[in-house]
Amino acid sequence: MNDRPDRDCMSEIPKTEYLEKTTTACAGCTSSLALRYVLKAAGPDTVLVVPACCTSILQGIYPHTAFNVPVYNIAFAAAAACASGMSEAFASMGKKTNVIVYAGDGGTVDIGIQALSGALERGTDFLYICYDNEAYGNTGMQRSGATPIGARTTTTPGGKTDAKKDLDRIIAAHNIPYQATATPAYPKDLYEKVKTALATPGPSFMHILVPCPPGWRIPSDMSVTVGKMAVKTGSFVLWERKFGELTISSPSKTAMMRRAPLREYLSLQGRFKGISDRAVNELEQSIEKNISLLAKEEAGEC
Amino acid sequence: MLMVATGNKAVAAAVKEAKPSVVAAYPITPQSEVVEQIAEYVMSGEMQARYIPVESEHSAMTACIGASVTGVRTFTATSSHGLLYMHEMLHWAAGARLPIVMANINRALGPGWNVWAEHTDAYSQRDSGWLQFFVADVQEAYDTTLMAFRIAENTGILLPVMVNLDGFLLSHIMQSLETVDPGDYLPPMVLPHAIDIDHPASYGTLTGPRDHFKFRWEIERAMRNSPAVIRDAEEEFSRRFGRSYGPTEEYLCEDADILILSLGTLGREAEVSVDILRKEGIKAGSMRIRWFRPFPDLDLGNRDLVVIDRGYSFGFGGVLADSIRSRYRDAQIYSVIAGLGGQEVTYDDIASFVRERKMGDEYWFGVDA
Amino acid sequence: MFEIRIHSRGGQGGVTAASLIATAAFLDKKHATAAPFYGAERRGAPVTSFVRIDCEPIKIYSQIRSPDLVIVLDASIMETVDVLQGMQPGGTVLINSPHPVDLPGVNVLTIDLTGVALAVDLVVSGSPILNTPVLGALAKMGVISRDSAENAIRSMFADERNIRAAEAAYTELVV
Repeated sequence: MNDRPDRDCMSEIPKTEYLEKTTTACAGCTSSLALRYVLKAAGPDTVLVVPACCTSILQGIYPHTAFNVPVYNIAFAAAAACASGMSEAFASMGKKTNVIVYAGDGGTVDIGIQALSGALERGTDFLYICYDNEAYGNTGMQRSGATPIGARTTTTPGGKTDAKKDLDRIIAAHNIPYQATATPAYPKDLYEKVKTALATPGPSFMHILVPCPPGWRIPSDMSVTVGKMAVKTGSFVLWERKFGELTISSPSKTAMMRRAPLREYLSLQGRFKGISDRAVNELEQSIEKNISLLAKEEAGEC
Repeated sequence: MLMVATGNKAVAAAVKEAKPSVVAAYPITPQSEVVEQIAEYVMSGEMQARYIPVESEHSAMTACIGASVTGVRTFTATSSHGLLYMHEMLHWAAGARLPIVMANINRALGPGWNVWAEHTDAYSQRDSGWLQFFVADVQEAYDTTLMAFRIAENTGILLPVMVNLDGFLLSHIMQSLETVDPGDYLPPMVLPHAIDIDHPASYGTLTGPRDHFKFRWEIERAMRNSPAVIRDAEEEFSRRFGRSYGPTEEYLCEDADILILSLGTLGREAEVSVDILRKEGIKAGSMRIRWFRPFPDLDLGNRDLVVIDRGYSFGFGGVLADSIRSRYRDAQIYSVIAGLGGQEVTYDDIASFVRERKMGDEYWFGVDA
Repeated sequence: MFEIRIHSRGGQGGVTAASLIATAAFLDKKHATAAPFYGAERRGAPVTSFVRIDCEPIKIYSQIRSPDLVIVLDASIMETVDVLQGMQPGGTVLINSPHPVDLPGVNVLTIDLTGVALAVDLVVSGSPILNTPVLGALAKMGVISRDSAENAIRSMFADERNIRAAEAAYTELVV
């Protein structure tokens, strides 16, 4: 038995980097880690559409960029609409260039949701990736609709009192051909899902959880560990839906058989310091409910 | 109470004293600290406001509109793209005659993304029916925010008011601040057309060509009333709290041969330039414009005017320069376009604009030779 | 006018140091302004902030070009940033370092702020806090008074370790 099972699998991932080491990312940024794998899966025939978010800044300051694929920066509310236009234009030219939106949670779940919903409803041929650090990271960690209940942000200094918006079920209601969740703590899983998404015609959506050292108040060298804990506690479940058929990914299958206690995940993060028992309870219940619904869906019950 | 605060925190501190019932909050650099500080006040109980963390700026202004028309005091803050995103609702707020107060932290527009100071955002809303003030220091940001509520809510006005602060240059600078208890300087808000269950009405319904223009005239009529109301508010502020403000802030203008006109922090930097120029025997003066809408009457005399615009109207000209030119036909203007996107403009630069002025010309600092 | 430029990395509290210094100067009944310059405001990225102190009101908003004092909170910044830019000969540089540092043409003061912070366990999210102990160093240099340094720290931070670290820095710094 291979005691480093990922090693062989990781060697299938191309070595070419499309994200240079000159980004202005924070030390420990898992979004840039995820993006490296996204671009390796996508290859050079790709345009990234990036609304206002951390990734806007990661490119660096004019006249330099740290990205080796075309990146189109666009206004905050508009990424999916921009991708929609671009995708149609490439199609009109017979080009197969990947159009990938890479957007933060604020730009997806809040200000960007109208454009996203429209693009999905129209069957736009693109991949929309929401990298979710559960706050408005680029402007200094204010709450977004994706911030979990109980989390401290600069606009919820006492802890958010509303639950995290269920982005994945909103997207599922659009009945698109491919939808998945991933986190860069499991890079091979993430890579494969991007490949599948890009090979699927029509709209694809990926929700990637990206632990964020300044936002989650964790040391920079703990961001991958925290990502693994998110999966092990069931706080974030890895799965994919292909044409409506759900498959739970193996790290989450393992987690569902024996979940790590939620407190082990929360206690690693300064943003949950002092979280109320009530909020912890709500988090627990939402984990239970989500897992139960996913398990039933996968089993074909409803 | 005496303290040290940034421009953003000073605005939040003033909002706290104004006691709005509803605050809509959406982050954007360099404004975010305003709504973050308000969140802290609400959490600690120092403010009793209902805090709505909206999902976009368009919704921020719309939430304020919905709240304001019930007759309660409201506030929000934004910058740049956020201001532009709420553009249609800015027109709506003025047309709906709602006394909303908003802090706009002036920031450049993309692409490319630029978070630093520029006035084009505020300039681009100049037709909307909002009153607009530009401030130059932390104390003025605080005082003007307080005055804004009083002015907006005056029943002869009932128009929304925007308080502009230079992004980073003022929003993030710490200076000393004296806070006050406004008491009945800000009396309870009374909105004559507030929603009234007992006297139901339809608001903003279909209004045909025979009537619509009358409502548009009403907005302008209120604008024309506003100088008197603003002056009253400023005089009352001075009487109660000891600090005086007017449509301009003038430094050594009385005997000046040349005036430097600008908005915001450039107006203070220009005072240092005036001192340097005076030592060289050049009788310069600085006239910082505080009221942008309504645009004030200015005592320009026959002097050479060096007008610095920190923003632009493409295909036309610097908006401040154009405002002066169109009102004062004989004015001799040297229009300088400087400070866009946070471009550094020092007191030495401003002094050189004066020394090298070519009346009638337009000069793009950093571009033209 | 006394002008200070502070070099640090995002997340180390350099911007807060500027605020604290301005607050202390204000408590000394002087005029002061403090400003950050936001480049890429990312954890670990170099950040510059500024303080001006004067007996007269300060009308200047443009950046400091010739600082009287440069503070370097993270010495590794000196590998990529010219921290001496604009300094007049004879200006002073205060560097967070356990060893003496040699720089031509300027007075260099070194103090192990990191060591001082670690010694009182003044650590947040894995990083030692440098912005409060540096006030102790500045008080020793006479830029701000000792009392105002302490009151400025207290106005922002409840944790007494901040005061202890500042006092240790005051004692340790040799001017």
